[in-house]
Amino acid sequence: MPQTGAVHDSISSVIGFILSPFVVAALAAWLVRRFPRRAGLLAAWPAVLAVLFGTQLLKAVPGAGGLVELPWVPSLGLSLSFNLDGLGLLFATLITGIGALIVVYASHYLDGHPQANRFYASLLAFMGAMLGVALSDNILTLFVFWELTGFTSFLLIGFEHERPAARAAAIQAFVVTGAGGLALLAAGVLLVGVTGTANLSAMGAARVSILASPIYPAIATLILFAAFTKSAQVPFHFWLPSAMEAPTPVSAYLHSATMVKAGVYLIARMTPIVGLTPVWTTAVTVAGAATMVLGAYRAVQETDLKRVLAYSTLSALGVLTMLLGVGTRDTIIAALVYLVAHAGYKGALFLVAGVLDHEVGTRDISALAGLRRAMPITALAGGAAALSMAGLPLTLGFVGKDGAYEALLHAGHPFPWLLALIVFASSLMGLSGLLAGVSPFHGMPPLKEVHDPAWPLSIPPLILATLGLLAGTAPWTLNGPLSRAATATAGVSVDVSLSIWHGLTPALALSVLTTTAIAAAYAMREAVRTRTWRSRYGTEDLYDGLLSVLNTVSRMIAPALHSASLRTYIMVIVATSVVIGGAALMTDPGLGSAVPRTSVMAHDVLIVLIIIAGAIAATVARSTMAAVLCLGTVGYGVAMMFLGFGAPDLAMTQFSVETLTVLIYVLVFRRFRGLGELSPRFVRARDGLIAAAIGVLIGGLLLSVATTETAPRLKEYFAEFGPTVGHGRNIVNVILVDFRAFDTLGEITVLATAAIGVRALRRLAADGRLRRDTIPPVNSPIFRTAARLLMPLLLLFSLFLLLRGHDEPGGGFVGGLVAAAAFALYAIAFGVQRARRALLVKPLTLLGAGLLVALLGGLPAVVRGQPFLSALWAPGPVPLGTPAVFDAGVFLVVTGVVLMMIFSLAEEA
Amino acid sequence: MEILLALASGVLYATGIYMMLRRRLAQLIIGIGLLSNGTNLLIFTAGGLTRARPPVVPAGAPALVQPYADPVPQALVLTAIVIGFGLLAFSLVLADRVHATVGTDDVDDVGRE
Repeated sequence: MPQTGAVHDSISSVIGFILSPFVVAALAAWLVRRFPRRAGLLAAWPAVLAVLFGTQLLKAVPGAGGLVELPWVPSLGLSLSFNLDGLGLLFATLITGIGALIVVYASHYLDGHPQANRFYASLLAFMGAMLGVALSDNILTLFVFWELTGFTSFLLIGFEHERPAARAAAIQAFVVTGAGGLALLAAGVLLVGVTGTANLSAMGAARVSILASPIYPAIATLILFAAFTKSAQVPFHFWLPSAMEAPTPVSAYLHSATMVKAGVYLIARMTPIVGLTPVWTTAVTVAGAATMVLGAYRAVQETDLKRVLAYSTLSALGVLTMLLGVGTRDTIIAALVYLVAHAGYKGALFLVAGVLDHEVGTRDISALAGLRRAMPITALAGGAAALSMAGLPLTLGFVGKDGAYEALLHAGHPFPWLLALIVFASSLMGLSGLLAGVSPFHGMPPLKEVHDPAWPLSIPPLILATLGLLAGTAPWTLNGPLSRAATATAGVSVDVSLSIWHGLTPALALSVLTTTAIAAAYAMREAVRTRTWRSRYGTEDLYDGLLSVLNTVSRMIAPALHSASLRTYIMVIVATSVVIGGAALMTDPGLGSAVPRTSVMAHDVLIVLIIIAGAIAATVARSTMAAVLCLGTVGYGVAMMFLGFGAPDLAMTQFSVETLTVLIYVLVFRRFRGLGELSPRFVRARDGLIAAAIGVLIGGLLLSVATTETAPRLKEYFAEFGPTVGHGRNIVNVILVDFRAFDTLGEITVLATAAIGVRALRRLAADGRLRRDTIPPVNSPIFRTAARLLMPLLLLFSLFLLLRGHDEPGGGFVGGLVAAAAFALYAIAFGVQRARRALLVKPLTLLGAGLLVALLGGLPAVVRGQPFLSALWAPGPVPLGTPAVFDAGVFLVVTGVVLMMIFSLAEEA
Repeated sequence: MEILLALASGVLYATGIYMMLRRRLAQLIIGIGLLSNGTNLLIFTAGGLTRARPPVVPAGAPALVQPYADPVPQALVLTAIVIGFGLLAFSLVLADRVHATVGTDDVDDVGRE
């Protein structure tokens, strides 16, 4: 690592804070299960984070981002780089602050739910992902967190996964926003290609070249597709009302303050980089305006509180998108105020809806009335939030709406149309606010006995609603944070000065008009709900249609590709290899003129003939034992080849493996019937042709490769440094235990896994313990005496092979095989049970100990600050080093693996 | 010599694939065995052949003297041999298990069960 010292520490701690919700999520999965009544305490951490981000936001210097960066996957240009600028911090504060309230609320809402721990784990992981989205400076990391929000919200929307509707909604949201995520990745890759940087903070400087690039339209389209799907803009809006299947705390969190705003955030973040061109402005403004009107119009037709709020959220998201699309200084400021106001009142109203659902048992507007006396705290929260949503003076909602009117009035042509639409939408949104926050509380009191819930349910909405009033009374308190956020969004320095009174302006007149319209609409709310026109079709039908077409197509294709027949797969793989490899081989100019570089000797011809004869005999053998013998012949032939061409290590390994292989073949193959051919003649002919084709291809490729002179750099490198750096004269062994020790570690782990698999499968078959030998021991005194004499000799020899392996042919692999062979021989003579006793420890222990020893061999290097498994050598006349320890580990693993396999194969229940 | 070994590898691949396309489980396993031997030989030969001079520095000598066999493919093949053993053992047990559970060693019948 290049960075050191204090800088590195502070960077790590900042990044640690940003990623900390993931840790808390992991802890929550366990803690909530252990202490189900204390789940609310989890809110403490997001609250701490909210304070941290909030204070950072208050003291940040406008325009200056707090960039922190840690390399993550440097080869891919991925770094964990975060930008603590105004926009990011504003979102981070909202995410963690509202998140803390949601956790408190949920602790009571989900009290006693058996899977509450899953809920908190998902929720906190979602929080971490959202923080990552808001603060990432690297567009590729942004993508990763973006997808994480999609994934975690999938879990949250589908939390009640027993209900089909919840599952369907979760899948729908995941598909729509996931598609957007892929578009974001594509946009990120294109942007990196154009600008040469993955850092958003550096991309702003490349704005001119991005706009001039021929792929700009593609980049803009992809980014907007991602943003529109995430923020549920028309025509992708349908998933958001469906997502109301989520538990209410989730709806309040995801669909008011956070996830749906990720799209708005993306638009804001990308505005200084790729935004504000004619195509961008048109697309964003039109989509925003359409969503705004559609959401507001549909909201007042619903009777379910959550669906009213969901559609009005669509409308608010539309307002935000539209304002960012217009993109003047004032609309950006208005959008940010609107965003904060909406997060407050919409979060509060969702929570109030949850309280009503929880206490009264219904979310139907027509069934809820007169609860103000029974539930005064909830009524207060609902009323205050509704006032803010309706945009009455002295609420933050007013400041946001008034600012939007004011900004659009000064934005010029063609924005008067937008002005008309936003007044229309605001009126209906105000109505839906009153429907959700006021109408349940006034009118005739209900007959049912109800009361305010416990404080964890009633206080969080009250806090959110009250904050909206406080901020609306003293909006200038937000000047500093919003200036920073607006500066980051506009790309130029912006000074925000909010006030509650602008004088008698046209905007005020529009506000008065809006309020009057809201009052009138509220008076006629029944008529508005039932007498207005509804479309029978929506874009959701388009989505469903598309999905069913996809399903039909895959149902047609899949059975052909996924035939569940191994032989078909092999044929497809082989045919593809033959076609592609054959084409490559044909175009190789040197093939016809290939000149062998090594002379042929008489015994080589003999060995090759033996190999070929053995292979062909194996295919026509009628009994399994004959086939095994043929295979053994092939194996020994190959070993002879190794021996003839300077590979004694390979030859020894192959000889030992071949012997043990024959043994396990015999143990298993006894149970199979003969090898009589099952396929008709023409199938055999076809398979023969396929097999011949791959044979010709492999032979040709090998000839082409082996007769080409290649650069011997690797060979010389290892030959030079093997003895000097590796302290060993057997270069093959030095490569295995030193240069490429990490590979070897992987390989012995694979071996260990295979052996454990064999043992598990055998035990499964035996329904538990294996006790009896499947084959009786050889009852021959001569053989037994020989085995008794040979075993210690073989063991001694295996140790000898291990110890000398670094300098002479040998090593842990061969040694381990020979040691295993010694015990296998003993087992053949005296039975497995006696062989097990002779081994003293279980093969599993041997295997585990071996892996441990191999790992320990790698640790001293780590202690010394070098990469894991680097060789360390003690000074002295006889070189002693960690590779010897590692090789001993290999030895133990190989012995354990082979014995575990042989023993478990030779026993039955 | 390269021609001979190319021939041997080609035959091992052809017979191996042929056996893997057969219907009996035992034939499939024999095919895997042939194929792994063919692959080992392939890698070994592709790395270049050097007769009888192993990549082992003689005791007392300062360094290897050309010509000597390339240690890199040898290291690769060595682990491949042992891994091949593990693979073989595992597929044998798996086949045995299938055979015992389904009661047939015909791959086509196994698929139908």
